[in-house]
Amino acid sequence: MVSIGAAVKEPGSTRQNKTGSWRTFKPILDKETCIKCENCIMFCPEGCINKDYDIDYDYCKGCGICAEECPVKAIKMERE
Amino acid sequence: MEISEKEFLAPGHRACAGCGATIGVRLALKVLGENTVAVSATGCLEVITTPYPETAWEIPWMHVAFENAAAVASGVEAALKSQGKTDTTVVVFGGDGGTADIGLQALSGAMERGHNLIYICYDNEAYMNTGIQRSGATPFGASTTTSPHGKESFGEDRPKKNMPMIMAAHGVPYVATASISYPEDFMKKVKKAAEVEGPAYIHLQQPCTTGWGYNPAKTIELGRLAVETGSWILYEIEEGEFKVTYRPIQRKLVNEYLNAQKRFKHLTDQEKEMIQSHVDAICIELKI
Amino acid sequence: MVLKVMSANQAIAEAVKLANPNVIPVYPITPQTTISEYLAKFVADGDIGAEYIRVESEHSAISACLGASGTGVRVFTATSSQGLALMHEIIFAAAGLRAPIVMADANRALSAPLSIWNDQQDSISERDAGWMQTYAENGQEALDSILISYRVSEDNKVLLPSMVCIDGFILTHTVDPVDVPKKEDVDKYLPPYKPDHAYLDPKRPMSIGTFTDPNYYMEARHDMELALEGAKEVIAKANAEFAEIFGRKYDFVEKYRSEDADTILVAMGSICSTIKDVVDELRERGEKVGLVRVRVFRPFPTEEIYEAIKGASKVGVLDKNISFSIGGVLHNEIKAKMDVDAYGFIVGLGGRDIKPSHIKEIIEKTKNPTQHTQWIGLNKEEL
Repeated sequence: MVSIGAAVKEPGSTRQNKTGSWRTFKPILDKETCIKCENCIMFCPEGCINKDYDIDYDYCKGCGICAEECPVKAIKMERE
Repeated sequence: MEISEKEFLAPGHRACAGCGATIGVRLALKVLGENTVAVSATGCLEVITTPYPETAWEIPWMHVAFENAAAVASGVEAALKSQGKTDTTVVVFGGDGGTADIGLQALSGAMERGHNLIYICYDNEAYMNTGIQRSGATPFGASTTTSPHGKESFGEDRPKKNMPMIMAAHGVPYVATASISYPEDFMKKVKKAAEVEGPAYIHLQQPCTTGWGYNPAKTIELGRLAVETGSWILYEIEEGEFKVTYRPIQRKLVNEYLNAQKRFKHLTDQEKEMIQSHVDAICIELKI
Repeated sequence: MVLKVMSANQAIAEAVKLANPNVIPVYPITPQTTISEYLAKFVADGDIGAEYIRVESEHSAISACLGASGTGVRVFTATSSQGLALMHEIIFAAAGLRAPIVMADANRALSAPLSIWNDQQDSISERDAGWMQTYAENGQEALDSILISYRVSEDNKVLLPSMVCIDGFILTHTVDPVDVPKKEDVDKYLPPYKPDHAYLDPKRPMSIGTFTDPNYYMEARHDMELALEGAKEVIAKANAEFAEIFGRKYDFVEKYRSEDADTILVAMGSICSTIKDVVDELRERGEKVGLVRVRVFRPFPTEEIYEAIKGASKVGVLDKNISFSIGGVLHNEIKAKMDVDAYGFIVGLGGRDIKPSHIKEIIEKTKNPTQHTQWIGLNKEEL
């Protein structure tokens, strides 16, 4: 069954698709080292780092931008 | 400046790992908030965010075709106005292809008519959705699948079409260039665009890991290099007044930017020098 | 009832005023232009409270219509020929997105060669898109069809766009007595548009215009087929209610002295007025001829056409269009959908005048057919 005109009435429904399965490398964030600069939150293409600096691994594609942009190297990319 | 903590672009979308476009959209929507309607042209952003039956958009969104995003948005803006919803923001996201090439007519018309909307061109400098073909925004010297380098060619032989200036010539009250690597600058510009009565245009450069050829982790670094080398200049034009909004403390040589990307790898030293002198000419004039 | 003399263009503008759309994007093109001009004046005088968008091309006109309709409001636009052809891509999108746009098309020949004069190639060429199509014979019918089209298009069981087609110059630039209905009556007939299937409202975010893979596209198209077929019932009901309120009864076809006819001509649009005159003249002489005028072309009214023409021994179908190497579209669609002895006649392309003598020629050639399709009125030696 397709909705009329294929309109989607459930906003944010891409959340059903767990893109975490895409990644090869996984970012590990050390909250002790973290200075809460918000760079990783700003720059994550998935928006999957929350304000408490928890990374949502259901969606993280392992692009590595967060690790690259962390000014204190609090994020390390580890092979999964 | 108040920005929302909420994510208006949900994860789970099909963007490449390290995509710059989704970063740009997330940041823009954090400024614009939930009383916003977005219109997309066909392109990367539209395709990755709305594979039926899913959508990544947490705000109302509409897409019709490749060349008419600005025309569709004109209709949306008029309809909202007729419903008395004058405080709802209309934002249009078009890629460089859908803006500078096929979408130019609709954009020109919408801007000339003065609709109250924000047009953000997310510029990854080629038709990326269809696999990296050259657009009017492809920079001089870049290798794309339709402007490949070869024995007889060094790649793209035309300069980048100057979209922001074309918009300024339309008398658009607020025109700006931006980069995802300078988020505060970008978000300030989005805020100004939202506050303007009438049209606003922001040309957002967005590095593309797949199209430009670099490690996805370097997306923000690439955008930074573009600006720090003077290859991409951050400025705004408010009611015709031009102002550079960021000047690198020490402008780097373009080679640092060019050498970091596969699409420029083929260039000879002489060709790179040509690019350096083009950049120098503009930057010296703007005191960058 | 006060009858006013006006062109079909003005009649359509009056209908739009009564329907009161929120957004009207228009781009000028001969011979539709005066529709946009009347509407501009209505808006300027505050007679319609619509947002009038002076778009920069027809492609943008239909795109803006779709954006506004997608937002959730009633819209209108008008075009012709080249403009309609330019809209083609979005015509398909509008039907696929189930937007109940109503558009007037002033039938005009398609370039090349360039022509501003009438034939029906332009709207006929959009027949696959999923839009409903009505062909009006005169200004009154044009006005009424606009109102009926809004009613049918916006019905939840339909949600497909409509075009009302009027012959360029013949109807757009000649005048007829027209009854312009009262606003109170139109308000009884046409409720406000309140979509539920798709609209843009930050309070209930939806994504319109998504991208379907092979698992979904075919069902979406089949739903459109069902909606268009189902529209027949909605049209019949809308016609009946229109007759009740306004006193004018419309149907899928109009039968003119065809019940006992041996030879029946089938045609669409203003040419039918000429055919009716010829039918009357021949009937005086005792000839059993008749006309079946097809009003609603999409959804294609197979049963209604068949019921009207099956009694004839020979049927002649006039087409103001040509599908090269196939023949006239109406003729071929009739032959495809029903078993009748029907012959095709290509007439009036690019505004070529169709005289009563041509109609008589067609009747004779229908009675004694020699070919599947013949071109009538060519300034060439008989081929």
